Amino acid sequence: MSASAGPETAKGDELAPTSVRVSRADLVRYAGASGDFNPIHWSDRVAGEVGLPGVIAHGMLTMALAGRFVSAWAGGPAAVRGLGVRFTRPVVVPDDGTGATIELSGTVSGVDESDAGRVATVAVTAKFDGRTVLGRATAEVLLPS
Amino acid sequence: MVDRSLVGRTLPATAPYQVGRQKITEFALAIGEGDSVCLDVDAARAAGHPDVVAPPTFTIAFVLPAIESFLRDPEVGWDYAHMVHAEQAITLHRPVHAGDELATTIHVDDLRTRAGSHMLTLRCEVADGHGAPVATCKAVLVTKADEA
Repeated sequence: MSASAGPETAKGDELAPTSVRVSRADLVRYAGASGDFNPIHWSDRVAGEVGLPGVIAHGMLTMALAGRFVSAWAGGPAAVRGLGVRFTRPVVVPDDGTGATIELSGTVSGVDESDAGRVATVAVTAKFDGRTVLGRATAEVLLPS
Repeated sequence: MVDRSLVGRTLPATAPYQVGRQKITEFALAIGEGDSVCLDVDAARAAGHPDVVAPPTFTIAFVLPAIESFLRDPEVGWDYAHMVHAEQAITLHRPVHAGDELATTIHVDDLRTRAGSHMLTLRCEVADGHGAPVATCKAVLVTKADEA
């Protein structure tokens, strides 16, 4: 287990897994901060009309949480130089005062030299209800020298 | 009917988006990012940044509105109401920080249609006031295809 990125970071290192709880209030707050006011992220009525099981989290919020998970390991957001995901499954956030829990884990899948320094590629797994919600999620982290 | 002649086209750059210190802080708090370089200008400067640093996905918060205004144009023929964000990649050529003035240029890289769906790939190049590249954001967007 690797607590943080450093000069010794190598392929196969695992990031300490964490879980993040997302509530309806978090979705409203993210809507305001991001400017994404699509009602499927706050209205059960609209979510139902388009065939969703309920209000779902913004995909970009789930991606941001993956970014934050990597950033904490990387030693700060400025070290995260790349982030890519496929949105494979929605995260349904019930209005029950508890919300949804997203489980995050990650593994260093490679370390390469670049003009800017050593860059680690991290394969991130994000799960909700035991199932993956981000496909092929990877991050590029500039390692401290 | 989606205008297929758009593929390969580059749209005019947007007016610059001014990255505000409070907006970065608001965004960081909304995603639970508690790193002081996002929240406190003194901490950011002590760490060698010119101002507070934006979390990596902050760029999408100003890129998506540019995409929306493009795709809501009736001439484009895109069913925005049924659109799903399928993939997103962000490459930061440098961190974004408060004080940046960032213009976005959308490149229509690809459009595929199969099984009743359009899949559109947009590459959004974000540059600062000097024209230097700051971020490349690639979005894959899917919507219903109305054509037979």
